[in-house]
Order: sequence, then structure tokens, then C-alpha cells
Amino acid sequence: MAQYGFYFDSTRCTGCKTCEMACKDYKDLPATIAFRKVYDYEGGSWTDAGDGIYTTDTFAYHVSLACNHCAMPACMAKCPSGAIEKDGKTGLVHIDQEKCTGVGACVTSCPYNVPVLDDAKKAQKCDGCADRVAEGLNPICVDACPVRALEWGDIEELRAAHTGTVAGIAPMPSPDETTPSIAINPCPAAKEPGDTTGAIANEKEVTNVPA
Amino acid sequence: MAMNEAATLSRRTFVKGSLAGLALAGAAGSALYGCAPKSEDGAKDGGAAAADEIVYSQCVVNCGGSCLLRWHVQDGKIVYAETDNVGDAAGLQARACLRGRTIRRWINSPDRLMKPMKREGKRGEGKFKEISWDEAYQGIADALKNTIDQYGNEAVYMNYGSGVSSATSRLFPRLANLMGGYLKSYADYSTNMMQSGMPYTYGDKCNPYDSVYASSMSEAEKSDLVIMFGNSPADTRMGGANIVYDFAKVREAGAKIVNIDYRLNETSSGHPDEWLPIRTGTDAALVNAIAHELIANDQVDKEFLDKYCVGYDEDTMPESAKGQNKSYKDYIMGTGYDMVEKTPEWAAPITQIPADRIRQLAADIAAAKALFVVQGWGPQRHNNGENTSRAICMLPILTGMIGKPGTNTGMREAEPGGILGSMPKGENPVKTAINCYQWLNAADHGEQMTAAKDGVRGADKLSTGIKFLWNYGGNCISNQHSDINLVYDVLQDESKLECIVVIDTVMTDSAKYADYLLPDAMRAEQMHMAANGYAEYYNGVVVGGPAQDAPGDAQKEYDIVSGIADKLGLKDDFTEGKTQEQWIEEIYKKSAEKDGNMPSWDEIKAQGHYKRELEPVIGLADFVADPAKNPLETPSGKIEIYAERLAENAAKLELAEGDVVTPIPVFDPGYLGYGSTTDEFPLYASGFHYKSRTHSSYGGVEELNQACRQQIWINDLDAQERGIGNGDKCSVKSPVGEMLIEAKVTPRIIPGTVGIPQGAWHDADMAGDRIDKGGCINTITPYHPSPLAKGNGVHSLIVQVAKA
Repeated sequence: MAQYGFYFDSTRCTGCKTCEMACKDYKDLPATIAFRKVYDYEGGSWTDAGDGIYTTDTFAYHVSLACNHCAMPACMAKCPSGAIEKDGKTGLVHIDQEKCTGVGACVTSCPYNVPVLDDAKKAQKCDGCADRVAEGLNPICVDACPVRALEWGDIEELRAAHTGTVAGIAPMPSPDETTPSIAINPCPAAKEPGDTTGAIANEKEVTNVPA
Repeated sequence: MAMNEAATLSRRTFVKGSLAGLALAGAAGSALYGCAPKSEDGAKDGGAAAADEIVYSQCVVNCGGSCLLRWHVQDGKIVYAETDNVGDAAGLQARACLRGRTIRRWINSPDRLMKPMKREGKRGEGKFKEISWDEAYQGIADALKNTIDQYGNEAVYMNYGSGVSSATSRLFPRLANLMGGYLKSYADYSTNMMQSGMPYTYGDKCNPYDSVYASSMSEAEKSDLVIMFGNSPADTRMGGANIVYDFAKVREAGAKIVNIDYRLNETSSGHPDEWLPIRTGTDAALVNAIAHELIANDQVDKEFLDKYCVGYDEDTMPESAKGQNKSYKDYIMGTGYDMVEKTPEWAAPITQIPADRIRQLAADIAAAKALFVVQGWGPQRHNNGENTSRAICMLPILTGMIGKPGTNTGMREAEPGGILGSMPKGENPVKTAINCYQWLNAADHGEQMTAAKDGVRGADKLSTGIKFLWNYGGNCISNQHSDINLVYDVLQDESKLECIVVIDTVMTDSAKYADYLLPDAMRAEQMHMAANGYAEYYNGVVVGGPAQDAPGDAQKEYDIVSGIADKLGLKDDFTEGKTQEQWIEEIYKKSAEKDGNMPSWDEIKAQGHYKRELEPVIGLADFVADPAKNPLETPSGKIEIYAERLAENAAKLELAEGDVVTPIPVFDPGYLGYGSTTDEFPLYASGFHYKSRTHSSYGGVEELNQACRQQIWINDLDAQERGIGNGDKCSVKSPVGEMLIEAKVTPRIIPGTVGIPQGAWHDADMAGDRIDKGGCINTITPYHPSPLAKGNGVHSLIVQVAKA
């Protein structure tokens, strides 16, 4: 079985959210639901050097995350109605809307803040644009990125093509939890999973709080 | 993903945040898939794209990108957009940014204007009654004719606006010119001070929109040191047809990058070591100190300065200024007019940059083999912007790093010329012009405005105030001008500016001031043609549409102006008997014939777009290669560090108290610049371009406003002092207004300065407390035209911030 996944180049990502908005347009999602989200991770402080002069060790970077189509999806393991399936050919994880009973086990079990419940109490999430992939196209987010920071394909092939990738940077949890199908090129500012020197700076944006 | 708890990334904290958001999401009541239903037959689009009609268009707002949109249309309705997918993904693709990918929400918004309207309430109140198109055409035609009969053509004015770029957009000049013309404007809100200052250094033809006075961004791939002043492609020019991708490749080519900004902007997010934080509006002070180090350490290129420049030191001063210690070197080394030596220690408290960091930067500059200095347009958008733009260019001038591979002139990157014409506008017999920023003064007291005091050009003074104002696809009446409260007050007097016509797609804040408000069709709702934007270095054309019909009674701009022309008996003169579609075909064919390489009309209609890459250019390469053969358009033909002409012109100006114009580029703080803070307004403030909008375009799109919240950036230290936490609602007060906005408490901004994303939609009870709940920065920016340009130096600003 192939396992499809995303390559994310955090050295290039400017946090513009074109990926997120292209997805929302294609999937016709309302303002408060996003299948791909961009996390702003920031930290550091300022030191007064006297005379109004300052020094700083500030850092900031972005992590763009859709569903990681994990090798061991926590959502699938916890779903009481067996509504979450992993495609045998592509490894894509999708939610069967007929079977979903809306209890939200996937929402609480996913360590990546991915599935959401819509107004109709159905769980929704990124399906890797399975329809486009079936046509030989990339997910719409990948073809949207202005700086070409996203790629799509067999995750092992992506890891081979891009040396030095990792499967998680802060604020993502350790990849040991679910074995996410993601390969990240860490930017100079990137911190390890579990980092405590920074924080998510755009919590309201990524938790879909209406503006 | 522990939300703001900086704790170990436990599932529990992550989920807590998620659930909180979802509860609110549910409360908002938006149905999933609720915005614009896709085809009823359930056929899934996207992959099955063959079922969709593909229509080409562009995002036509003014970031410079003009990125490509490939509409997927089903049953006459746009269902979603793809963007440029032609050619290699790693190559030239005009990929739309988040805004372009959201434009369907704007096009299909229930907030679209549907009917022509006439004002009922006060100007600015937003109360209108519906009228017929016939009434609108007749009323506007009468107002235009009466204005010209009573006050003359100088009383007619087209306000600056840049929300729509198309080969057949901004058609009012063509009509006005058929009636004897209109008061012209010069410069724009983007580069006002630079346009005024830079020609004194690099010559009359120097402007920020060409490929002669600057190098293309790709040229920086050959540089070993790229220094950016207030230049963030990732914030200002984000689409794939813009230079943000070129910049990514420059970094990967290996140059050291120094990003000088008061914010850790998105261009250097992920690469914080590139950031050199500086107090807003003090770039020229940093340049001075670097210049001091280069001079003190004998690291300037004296040969270049002697051969190509005027006024570095006594050796090349013009006769009128010789022997008076007026040279640039005198000014820097402490023997000039102010007798202050511009050491790093002098600059440190002004810029907030430690002196040793300045020395290190100067050493890096001296050691660079190919120095690429490039400024954005923020540093010049201050009341000292004329000098600041010229000062930044002193770094490549002093080091002779101009006209050679991997170098730049200090200007923002080169822009390609267009290959497409536009609808002819005719000749304007009126020669008088005002700076575009002066329109409100001209509406208020135009008859008192002069060349010496107010920058009137083409005449010594204005003969009349503006009585008729046309505002198409722009928001510079209020939202994007400055001091909105003043605008409101001035425009209440209807005996001054008698008639305001606004044409737009949605109820902008400017639209609320209209006497006639007309609903415009989006360019996706008509045949559209435009060239590539003015950013990334390529040539292109897009032709396509309409993708769907305009809603209600909204009309194409071409038909609106034709309708007014008809009432004036000028329809045949205006249209020449052609439809907009016929004009587009004619313009294309003429352009293609002139160009020689563009596809045929039938080909472009079938393929929708055309693009070709251009080789990078090096700014002022011809001048440097042969200055005798290719002199600059300065009096000396050289780079004028000391501009004798500016000294002469300055003597004729009637400046406001405290305003300064100098023949060499000095650091002067300017009105509300460094040193102007008070106990009442102890913080500096600056606007910046924000990802969710191009200026105010897209400001009404809910999806963007949710994903990119409107927040004031404030340093942790300043926030702590005020008891402000991340996400708190704050009041921001300046000498002219007050607004409410959410706080982003962040180390990404220098202490003592706050940053406000510009372009948010003004939302205040103007008959009541006037407190803007929309976070629109121009509620608090004073109206103080800059000394030389008479432009919008609105980033010079002082405020107080308090928890609301």
C-alpha cells in the first residue's frame, strides 16, 4: 500500500494562508471551518540595554497543517461507529458521512486539531482532495502555494527527495503518537515538538473563533 | 499545539482550544457548504473538471500581482477557482494568494450593491434611496454640466483609486476630456514621497514603477548581501505573480539577508536572524551611522563618487555650494550645517539599534562583493519620506554598488513594462494638477491653494475648489485617505464639494459619502482584459469572461459612463459606436501587432492567458557603463547627492512650521516623527499592509477576516505596562481620533512602536462618539501633507493604547 502525504517547506512558508483559503473555496467551507490551518508559533523576549536601546531573541515561524493521514490514525481508532476509514491504495483517511454519528471522538482524539463537527453534527476534515488525486491532480492547497512550500505524493518518496525532513516541529506533538504522513523541512527558527519557549500566537484563528 | 500555554504539547490543551472554537463556530450558524451551492446533480467537480466551464480572469486589485484566476463555472455560476497551473510548478506561475482564492465570496456576497442610489441622509451616514438608471444618468450629467458651466473644468476631479485594473477601467477621464477636461492629480498614495524625492537624486525620469532605476529581484541571486529597508514582499506582494517567490529563491541562492523593519515581518518569519529591528521612521539615521563608519574606515568608493556623483565631498560640489561645508561628507562627519557627527552612538538611541550592531552591519556592507540594497514603500510613507528614500539609496551610492551584477540602486525592485494598451482617454486641456493627497484641501479651500504652499502644478494657484468628484473603484474619500473625522466634517458643507459620484461593488466607507452611488459589475462579470501586474518580472495578458452575470441591476463601468455620456449628447464620441467587447478586441489586436510575439486574438480567446519570462535587469546599468552616453536626467547628468535644484526649489517653498527640505538626504524626524511623543501619546504607530486585504479591497470578506484577525501589534513590554493581554480589546487614541482593535501582544514588534494593519473597514457612529470599531487606521492618522511632495506621510504617527 502506498501512503500519500504532504511535504511542507517551513523555510519558505510566509504564513499567508493561501493554502487554507484555496481549500475553503474548493470545499466551499464557511468562515468558521477550515480543513487546513496555519499556526503562527512565536517566542522570545526583549532586553533593555539602556538608553532606549534593546536586544532581542525573538523568533516566529508558521506551520501549515491539513490532515496528516496518519499511519496510525487516532481518530480512526477512537471512532465508535467505524465511520473513519483508511484507503487501501492511497492511505488517505476519510470520514464516511453515512456512518458518522457525530459523537466527536475523532475531534477529541486527533492530536493535530484536524476533524471538526459541522452544524449538522457530522465530522468533517481534509480528505486529501481524494477526487483530484484520483484524477492525477494534486490537492488544491498544493497547487495554490505561491512559494511552492507544499508538495504531495508518496510520503516515502517525498522523504527521499528532500533530505533532512522531520515529521513534526513545535507546536505539533511528537510524531510518535500517530505516525503522521508529513515531511517537514524545518526552518532555522523551528523548535522541536514539546518546545516550551514559544506559543501559538493565533489561537483564535486556528480554533475558528469568528472575527 | 498547546494554545498559548507554552506547555508541553499535550492533546488535552490542544483539544480544549479546539472545542472552544467549535462551540462558537456553531453559534455563528453558518451551514457547511452553505455559501454557494455546487451543481445540483451531485457531480463532484475539481477532479472531474471536464464538466466545468473554465473562464479566465484575474484578481484586479492593487497589490501589483494581477494573479490569474481560472474560474470553474457550472450553470452560469462560479463554483470555485483554480489559479495558474500552466508550465512547471517550480517556474513562472501567476498563482493567486489567499485573497484571490477568496474573491468568489466577494463576488457572490449578499452585500453587493444592486441598485443605483441617491443619498438621503447626511454624507457619511450611508442612507440612500433607490433610483432608476435613467434618473442616475440624468442627475449626474446635469451636475457635471452645471459644474463646468458655473466653475469651469478645474472644478471637476477624479479621486485617486486603485481597486480595479483592467484595459477598459477608469473611463471617466475619457468622458471629462470630451467636455473640456478636469483638474489633474499627480503621484499616488503608495509612493508619494519617493516620487517627489528620488528624481532629485537619480533624475527626472526616475520613478518607482520601471525597469531602469532598479534591478529585478532575481538579480539579487547574484548578490552576497541583500539589505531590505521596510520591504516585505510576503506582506505586500504575496501572490505567485509577485516577487515573494523570487525572494524565496534569492535566499536559497545563499545571500545573507538583513531585513530592517519595526516588525519581524512575514518575509523573514522562519528566519528571525535576518531581522534588524528599528524604530519606525528612523531609517535615515541608521544610514547616516553606516555612512559614518564607511567614511571613517576609508571604505567608500571614492572613484565611483567622483566619476558618477555630485556632492559627496568638496571635490564634486556645484559652484553655488562650494566651500560652505554643505557636502554629504561634511554632514555625516560633523562639519556640516548641524555640526553633529553621525556616529553609531549618535544613531543608537534614535534607531534603538545598538552601536556595535550598526558597526557590524557597516563592516558587512564594506565587505560585500555585490551589495543589493532595496527599500519598500513604507519608509518613504512618513513625513520625512522624501529624505528617507534618498538616504537609503546612499548605501549603494557610497559603495559604488550600482549598475553591476547582483547590485541594486536602493529603489524597490524593477517592474516590467506592459505589452497591452488601454482604452484611449483623449487629451486633457486642463494643465493644472494637485497632489492626489490634496483633494480634501482642494474641496475645502481650493481657491486658496498655491504652487509654493500646496504643491499645485501647472499653475501658480487653483482657480476654484473641487465641486464635482468622481470616485470609481477606490476608497480614498475616507477609509484610505487620512483623518476620517476631518473628512466627515469638511464634506458636510455641500456648498463646497457639491456632487460626489461613487461607483463600487459594495458599501465601502467612501461610498457612504456619495450623492450618487452606482452598483458596479465585478470584472469576473464582464469581458475582462489586463496585462500582468507590475511586480514579478514577466509579461503577460489575460482575456476572458464573463464568468457569470452581475447581480441585480449592477452594470459594467463602460455602460455606466456611456449612459451618462448619452445624456450629454456625447455617447457616440465616447463609445465610437463600439461595445466594450469590441474595444477589448481592438486594443488587443493593436497591442499584439506592436508587440509581434503575442498570440492572435482567436488564440488568446481560446487559451485565456499568455505569459513570457523576461531576463532580469540591473538598475542604472547603462548609466554606469557609459555615463557620458547615458547621462541621468539631472542638471549635472550624474547622481546628485547634493541636489542644487532642490536647494533652489526649497527656497521658493512656503513650508509649514517645522517642515524641512534639504539638498542632501539628511535625517530629519519630520512631523510626528522621532522625538514627537508626549505623555498623552507616548507610543509611535505605523500602518502596515496585511495579508487579508490589498489596502481596503477584500475588507468585507468574512472568511478572510476570520482567518487573519485585525489586530494591533504591541510589544510585550508595552502591553505589560498597560495591563493588556493577547487578544484584549484596546482603545487606540491619536491627536485626531480613537478606534477599537484587538491586541496581538508579540515580541515581533520593537518596543515603543505599535503596528496597525491598514485597510480595515471604518465602522463608527459619525453623528455620535466617532469611535471606530473597525480598526481602520485612518481614523487616527492626521492630515498633514509632507514638506516637499505634499503627500501622505501617514506612518508618522503618535498614539496611546489602553485596554478598552
